[in-house]
Amino acid sequence: MLRKLHKYANPNKFSLIIMPIKNVCLYTALPLIAIGLIIGLFFSPPDYQQGETVRIMYIHVSSAWISLFAYVLIFLLSVFYLIWKFPLFVLMAKEIPFVAIIFTLITLITGSLWGKPTWGTYWVWDARLTSFLILLFIYLGLIFIDKAFKYNVNGDLSFSYLSIIGAINIPIIKFSVDWWNTLHQPASVIRASGPSINIEMLIPLMIMSTGVLLLFFYLIFTNIQSAIAEKKILFLSSKD
Amino acid sequence: MVLKNKKLKRFSFLLAVFLSIALATFFVLKALDEKIVFFYTPSKLFEKEEDKMQYIRVGGLVKEKSINFSDDGLKVNFMITDNKNTVNVMFEGILPDLFRENQGVVAEGRFNKEKKIFMAEKVLAKHDENYMPPEIHKALEEEK
Repeated sequence: MLRKLHKYANPNKFSLIIMPIKNVCLYTALPLIAIGLIIGLFFSPPDYQQGETVRIMYIHVSSAWISLFAYVLIFLLSVFYLIWKFPLFVLMAKEIPFVAIIFTLITLITGSLWGKPTWGTYWVWDARLTSFLILLFIYLGLIFIDKAFKYNVNGDLSFSYLSIIGAINIPIIKFSVDWWNTLHQPASVIRASGPSINIEMLIPLMIMSTGVLLLFFYLIFTNIQSAIAEKKILFLSSKD
Repeated sequence: MVLKNKKLKRFSFLLAVFLSIALATFFVLKALDEKIVFFYTPSKLFEKEEDKMQYIRVGGLVKEKSINFSDDGLKVNFMITDNKNTVNVMFEGILPDLFRENQGVVAEGRFNKEKKIFMAEKVLAKHDENYMPPEIHKALEEEK
């Protein structure tokens, strides 16, 4: 069964396949983000404790989820690459950190702007905030290691192993709020006893997150296509 | 068959790499446990033996009817409770908006063991994982 999928491992074919998918992602993402933002910022209710500041959540939480999801994707692609050795896997994985680091930055910045009015401080060194900052540095490390080895297979191996080492941070981020006492609140949506967030706030959050996820896919697909094109040019110019 | 074995080998190698890193991280975090917690509960604070005036954080709920402002309104005195032990807190400065009775707070400062007073230099508010519109909260309160 896996053999049937092999033909898609051809970068040229893959590049053509993702072309329409990419566009569908973009043209679904933009209206979803617009609707999510309009409902979130204007029509969703304020919170009983935080009041209007709660609206930062629609951006903060959705980009935080993408930052974590992106890492899981890098991790899986790296594992697949190291097992099956298809260069396409690592080529895709390498295009993710640059997009993901932007979502990580958005999360940290909106979080700190949210922290000031609710907690009374922009930043504290609690387990959740610190582990999320480490995620930012891991993404930076992945970007640098990719740049350092730009046209070398060794770079693929180093990148994959580094991403596997860094993956240990992901469960730490997720469960930091349960394992240690933190200033950051425990999970409101993805938790064992169901969401503890009112449905009127959950709906815009979900619309927004779906939109941001599709936008993320659009961005990495675009990057992957240009990376494939770049590889092709390099290969052709090395032939002369 | 040979191919399959190769992939299995690579997989087990990766698994070994990942598990050893996970184990190492686990021990590091376990060893640092005391340092990673952002604040101590009042019970933990009393357990601690050190009598040095260490800069630490205490967290818990603001006890009901324990908030007293000084006459000039600058100093405030309140109690933090974890429903087992309570600690008396003195603070001079600006309180966060979320500061109120039964609200989670974290106070940063030094604990005076003889006087049993926590001299806070900073007070942070904590909010929990519940999000709801004010009307629903009101309805829930009335039901009680």
